[in-house]
Amino acid sequence: MMATNVEFFNYKVVRQFAVMAVIWGIVGLLVGVIVALQLMWPVFNFDLPWLTYGRLRPLHTNAIIFAFGGCALFATSYYIVQRTCQTKLFAPALATFTFWGWNLVIVLAAVSLPLGWTTGKEYAELEWPIDLLIAVVWVAYAIVFFGTLAIRRTKHIYVANWFYGAFIIAIAILHIFNSFEVPATLTKSYSLYAGVQDAMVQWWYGHNAVGFFLTAAFLGMMYYFVPKQARRPIYSYRLSVVHFWALIFTYMWAGPHHLHYTALPDWAQSLGMLFSVILLAPSWGGMINGIMTLSGAWYKLRTDPILKFMVVALSFYGMSTFEGPMMSVKTINALSHYTDWTVGHTHSGALGWVGFITIGSLYYLIPRLFGQTKMWSTSLINTHFWIATIGIVLYVAALWVAGIMQGLMWRAVNDDGTLTYTFVESVKYSFPFYAIRLVGGGMYFVGMLLMFYNVIKTIGAGKPVEAEVPATTPAHA
Amino acid sequence: MSTSFLGSVLTVCAFLVFIGIVIWAFSSRRKKDFDEAARAPFALDEKDESSRDEKFGNKS
Repeated sequence: MMATNVEFFNYKVVRQFAVMAVIWGIVGLLVGVIVALQLMWPVFNFDLPWLTYGRLRPLHTNAIIFAFGGCALFATSYYIVQRTCQTKLFAPALATFTFWGWNLVIVLAAVSLPLGWTTGKEYAELEWPIDLLIAVVWVAYAIVFFGTLAIRRTKHIYVANWFYGAFIIAIAILHIFNSFEVPATLTKSYSLYAGVQDAMVQWWYGHNAVGFFLTAAFLGMMYYFVPKQARRPIYSYRLSVVHFWALIFTYMWAGPHHLHYTALPDWAQSLGMLFSVILLAPSWGGMINGIMTLSGAWYKLRTDPILKFMVVALSFYGMSTFEGPMMSVKTINALSHYTDWTVGHTHSGALGWVGFITIGSLYYLIPRLFGQTKMWSTSLINTHFWIATIGIVLYVAALWVAGIMQGLMWRAVNDDGTLTYTFVESVKYSFPFYAIRLVGGGMYFVGMLLMFYNVIKTIGAGKPVEAEVPATTPAHA
Repeated sequence: MSTSFLGSVLTVCAFLVFIGIVIWAFSSRRKKDFDEAARAPFALDEKDESSRDEKFGNKS
C-alpha cells in the first residue's frame, strides 16, 4: 500500500459512545441512589406514580446494563476490533447509525418505563416497538463488527474479538426469542409463551444477559485493556482460548437456577444448578489469566490507579463467580432466594466487575481518543478508586448481612409450626443495612462524578484525533 | 430414535468437541501462532509506549 493512500481509524463513533457511557453511568447510578433512598423512606417517591419504586427500579437496571454498559461495549468493541485487525471500520455509516439508534432506545426507555409501559419481564421490560428498534440496531452492530473482522489485515483474530463476537450473536438470539410477543396496543404486548414456559424462556434470556452481556463482552474488554495498561501480553493465550469455549459451552444452560422450587420441572432445576457450578472453572480460569498478566509487574499497582481498577475488577469477577455457583445450589438458594443477598451478589458483579473494568478501560481509552496519553489528573483517578472501592464493600457487606438475616427470619418456625416472624419485622430489621447500602451506593455515585469532571478536563485539554491505519502488507502482521 | 436419545448423543458430541478444543489449544504446535496472537494488541505503535516492558520486544 502506498504512503499517499493513508487511511484513518474511525474514532468518532468510539468517542461518542465512550462519553455517553460516562454520562449514562451517572444517570443510572443516580436512579439507583434514589431507589435505595425509597427503600428506606418511601416518601421519596413524592406520591407521583412516575417516580414509584416499581417504575424506577427497571429504569435503574436498564440504564446501568444497556445504557452505561452498552455504550461502553460499543465504544471498546469498535476501538479494539479496528486496532487488533489493523483496519478501519466496515460500513462506518452503519456504525454512526448504531450510536444514534442505541441512544434513541435509551431515551425511549427513560420515557416509557416511568410511564409504566412494561412487559414485566426482568431486564426485558421495554415494549414491542422499542424491541423492534433494538433488533434493527443490533443487526447493524453485527454487520459493522463482523464486517470489520472480515476485512482485517492481520492473520489472527485476537481473543478479545471472539468474546465480543459471541456477545453480539448471543444477545441477538436471546433478544429475538425472548421478545416474541403479541402487540395489543402501541404500548402493550403479551408474551407468546405462557406459564412456566414463559418463565423458562425469560430466565434463559435473563441469565444469558448476565453471561454474554455482562460477562463475555466485558471479558473482551479485559483481554485487551489489561494487557495494554500492564504493557504485557496476556498471561496465557491458550488458556484464553479454553476460557472462551468453556464459557460458550456451559453458560446457556445455567438459567433455571433463577427458578428453583418453582413449577419448573425438578430435572431442569438440577440441570441449571449443575451447569452453574461447572461455570466456576472457566470463570476462575479467566480471572487467573487476567490477574497473572501482572505477574512480575506488580510494582505497577503502586503508582497506577487504572491498573488498580482492573485488578480489583478481576477480584470481584472471581468473588461473584464463586458466590453465583454457590447460590445456585438448591439448598443455599432456599435461604438466599428473594432476599437482599441476591441484590448484593448482582451488585458485587455489576459495581465491582462490570463497573470497574469499564472505568479502568475508559480511563485508558478516553485520553487516547483526544490526542493525549493520560487523563487530566491521575490523583483524581486514585481518589475515584478508593471512594468507589469502599463504597462497594459497604454496599455488598450490608446486603450480605441483611439477606442472610431475612432468609433466616422467613424460615424460622415456632414449635407449633407457625412462623416466628411477620414479613414486616424482617423489613424493620433491614433498615440499618439499607442505610449502609445507601451510603455505599452514594459513594460509588460520587466517584463517577469525579470521573466525569476528569473526563471534561481531559477533553478540554486535548482535541479529537483520528489515528492513522498503518500501511502494512496484508496478513502476517 | 427418540428425541431424548438424540439429545444425549448431542451432549456427548459437544463434550468431545470441547475436549478436542482443549487438546488443540494446548498442543505445542500452536505455541508459535498463539504467541504471535498474544502480541496483537501491541502491533501498532503508540507514542506513549516507547518505553515498553523489558519482557517482550516491540513488534512493528
